[in-house]
This record gives sequence, C-alpha cells and structure tokens, in this order.
Amino acid sequence: MALTLDDVKRVAHLARIAVDDAEAQAALGQLSGIFRLIEQMQAADVAGIAPMSHAQDIVLRLREDVVTEPDQHALFQSIAPQVEADLYLVPKVIE
Amino acid sequence: MYNATIKSLSGDLAARKFSSVELVEYFLKRINELGKKYNCFITLDEEKSLAQARAADALHATGRAQPLTGVPIAQKDIFCAKGWLTTCGSKMLSNFISPYDACVVERLNAAGAVTIGKTNMDEFAMGSSNETSHFGPVKNPWDITTVPGGSSGGSAAAVAARLVPAATGTDTGGSIRQPAALTGISGLKPTYGVVSRYGMIAFASSLDQGGPMARTAEDLGLMLNVMAGFDERDSTSLKREAEDYTRDLAQPVAGLRIGLPKEFFAEGVAPDVAKAVEEAVAQYKKLGCEVVEVTLPNMALSVPVYYVLAPAEASSNLSRFDGVRYGYRAPEYADLIDMYKKTRAQGFGAEVKRRILIGTYVLSHGYYDAYYIQAQKLRRLIARDFTEAFRKCDIIMGPTSPTTAFRLGEKAGDPVQMYLSDIFTIAVNLAGLPGMSIPCGFDGKGLPVGLQIIGDYFSEARMLNVAHQYQLATDWHMRMPPGILGEG
Repeated sequence: MALTLDDVKRVAHLARIAVDDAEAQAALGQLSGIFRLIEQMQAADVAGIAPMSHAQDIVLRLREDVVTEPDQHALFQSIAPQVEADLYLVPKVIE
Repeated sequence: MYNATIKSLSGDLAARKFSSVELVEYFLKRINELGKKYNCFITLDEEKSLAQARAADALHATGRAQPLTGVPIAQKDIFCAKGWLTTCGSKMLSNFISPYDACVVERLNAAGAVTIGKTNMDEFAMGSSNETSHFGPVKNPWDITTVPGGSSGGSAAAVAARLVPAATGTDTGGSIRQPAALTGISGLKPTYGVVSRYGMIAFASSLDQGGPMARTAEDLGLMLNVMAGFDERDSTSLKREAEDYTRDLAQPVAGLRIGLPKEFFAEGVAPDVAKAVEEAVAQYKKLGCEVVEVTLPNMALSVPVYYVLAPAEASSNLSRFDGVRYGYRAPEYADLIDMYKKTRAQGFGAEVKRRILIGTYVLSHGYYDAYYIQAQKLRRLIARDFTEAFRKCDIIMGPTSPTTAFRLGEKAGDPVQMYLSDIFTIAVNLAGLPGMSIPCGFDGKGLPVGLQIIGDYFSEARMLNVAHQYQLATDWHMRMPPGILGEG
C-alpha cells in the first residue's frame, strides 16, 4: 500500500505538526521506505494469536481514591510560557 | 582514580582515604577538560553537585553511609531532576527546569549518590547514534569520528572516557545495551517494571525501562540495588520483594546452559564482531558452561513490529508537548491550532517528527488493525520464542550490535539502516526481558565489541553473576580508550 502526499499532510495535521510542501515531500520519501520495512509484518501468520499490549500482560493497578498530591500550581506554573491569574494563557478560541 | 570502580571508590570513601567533595571535584575537573571533546554532557551544576558531596561526607562522618554515598553518578537527561535543566535532548524542553525528581533520581539521592551532571542523548531517546540530539552529536571516545551509539550515548561516552564512574540510561529498543557495546562499557536493561518510570520522560511506555551503565557487572548490581523497587506513581511498577542484585556474583558458572540463537550469527554480523562473541563463548566453556543452539524464528520481524508499536506510543506520549504548560512555544502564531502546529514543528527535530507521523498514521482510522493490532500479535509470537528458548537454556548470548561503532553521518540520512542497527536488542524490549551488554573484545580498528546477555524474567542477579565471572577471567572491561588522560 503506497503512501501519498495527501496522507502525509493529513497525518501531520492530526499530529498538529506544521509541514510545508517541501517538508511533506521529503517526509513522504522517508516514510515510504520505513513502511516498506513495516510491511514485512503482513506476511506473518498470526491466526489465533491474541494481541500483546504489555510485557507480561500485567493488569494495571487501582489505588484508593484519596488525595495524594499537594497543590503545587504556583511551582508548576512558574515554568509555563504564559500565565495570568493562575491560568495558562492560550490564543482565544471562542469569539 | 579515573579508572576506579564504584566498588573501590565506595570502599575508599568509607575508609576516609578521600572525601566525596575531593572525588567530585576531581571528576568535575576531568569533565571540564574533556567533556567538550566528546560532547557528552548537556548540563553541569557544580554548586549542586558539591552540595550533595558535602552532605555525603556528613553521612560518612556519622557512619550512616550506604554503598553509593558520595559516589558521583551522571544522569541521562531523560530523568527529571528538581531544579536541573532537563531537556531530553530536545529544543522542545531546552528551557525546562524540572519542578520535581524522577523516582530513579529520588532513590539515588536518598542513597547519597552525587548527581554530577545531565548527559547528552538522542532527542526523546529516538535514535541509535546520538546524532538526533538538539545539542549536537556525542563522539565515541574510542574514535571521535565514530558514534557512541544511542540513545544513551552521552552516558556511555562519559563512562567510557572515565569522566564519571557510572551513569543512568534508559532502554526502549536497545538504548542502554547498544551504546554500552559501542563504547566498551557494561550496561543493564532490567525486566520491564523493575525500575520505576515516574519522572522518566516517556517515549514508548510499554517498552521504556531505566537501568545502570558502568564499567563492571558488580557496579551495575550496586546501582540497580538502589534504582529498582516498587513505586506507586508508575502504574506498571511491579510489587516485588527487594533484592540484593549482587548476592550471586561469586557463584561459579559451571553447568550453566548458554543458548546461542542461530539468528544472532546469521548474515549481516560483522566478522570481527562474530569472532569476539565466539571467543567470549569459548571463555564461558572454559569456565564449565554448556552451549546449546536455540532459535528465535520471529526475530527478524522485531524491527518492523517495533517501528509500529514504539511510534504509536510515542505519538500519544509526545502529544503533551504543545507549548501551553511548559517547554518551548513558537514566538509567532495566528490561533490556537497554529500555535500547536508551529510549536511542534519548531520544537521537535526531524527524527522525532518522523516517528510521530508514523505513529499517528498506524493508529488512524482504517489502519489500526492492519498495523497496530498486527504488530501486537507479532509481539506475542516474539515473546513466546524466548519462552520456548528458555526451556533449553538458562541464559541467551549473542552480539549486542551487528557492527562496532559506525562513522558519524554514515547512517544519519537513512532511517531504515539506522533502525536495523538495533536488530539484536529490540526483541528483548518487546518481550519485556532483562538484557545486558558487556565488553568482549575489539575489531580490527580497535573499536569495542559488546556481548549481549539475555536472561529470563527477573533473573538480573544471575545475569550479573554470569557477567561478573567473565570479568574476573578477562580484562576487556578495564581497557581504556586512547586520549582520555587529557592534555596535562
């Protein structure tokens, strides 16, 4: 299955990475090579095999529903690009 | 002092032959003289290091010291350390002063170890040559025109150049073992879940595992004793009894059944590498070990499987870098989406973007089953191959890397060739098994060769025993690169 320039641009949009035409073209060449490698998987017989999502198939633990973290918002926001009144600032999204 | 192990430094500190402050000053001086030559450190903070050294000396003075108390250790820049710049090798985090400590850092600090700096690495641990770092490539101390391997290339080069006795690393597809092999040091990737991932910047969470890098197996054991342990804050951390990983070092290895997978000795392995590994196996036979042939029939598929699963997990993990809460934000943008896109386009390097695109693609509608689920099924087959092999042997051995260190730039333009350099290490991560690399000789150009030792789940103590007995019988691990003694 061949990757197209439109695929690259669509995926870049989904991943929120700006690409211009030249970058998309360059990425297409490299990604096509990588997908040729990945395609080797398709020949393998996996009938009856369950997917393995984790080493040792461990089940994630649950913990008691109690507060474990102290409020450190001032410390964490001290390294943010833009903060005002304890809130992270981003460009306006609602008119 | 530069060639001393943790074990001997620890003994000398306890005997008060020198203080931790003197030791740390000594290594900082070496780093200042030689660190730039190899570009192995991103951040040094002498004041912080010396403050920890003074605290360690106080512990020694009052008899409260542990084996690592006062010993300088470098941290791979993937581990968050409170108050330290923590970049993960990326422009995205080039201004990120961590507000908290990773579990590994916390545990090493609690044991009295001294953080002597943060080491260079491939950006977000994505690379096998340390050439994807925003802070420039690390150079291999054995030949500065070659790569040190990656992604823990800075840690490996720093230990190899005797700028620090030991360092931390992380291994998602070989990132501790391959650089250890290429720089002639020892490195251990523990069983998945043994070392907490809390505060270790995530790349592929089902594969990432932190571990020690040092010169000897014994030192790896001393480090792992501190680094390992259950941590509530990592949902995949395993609740197990605490172990002394050095407990079996002195055991004889006679009778050990070593499995040699025929796939590890197929075409594509450099003849010098195969020869050094075969000689290492011969040494084990002299120590009374038995050799059996085993097979890992699906190993060739580990690279394609990995390049579906790791990018898929990375595309999700790296979505947190959006220029809102910390790290880099693009200086100019039109609206919120544009801010995300420009921030990520400018903040990530080419390899990281490539992997995010692969991951986004394989997880996208219509491709999920064909790629992601198919890869997860193959992951199980690859893991089963090891289970099968361990019915016939106690330990598996082979080369860590098919070649010795390659030249800077040699594979940088060809991602597929770069990915294939991890052909022997990736399957171990997919299975979640422990793996290590120890030095076992040199090629014709004088570059080190690594012997990979793969154990069954939770057999770290046995693996360290196997490595230690080899290191008692050989001296490859104590050989030093030329030119590390500085100008004067």
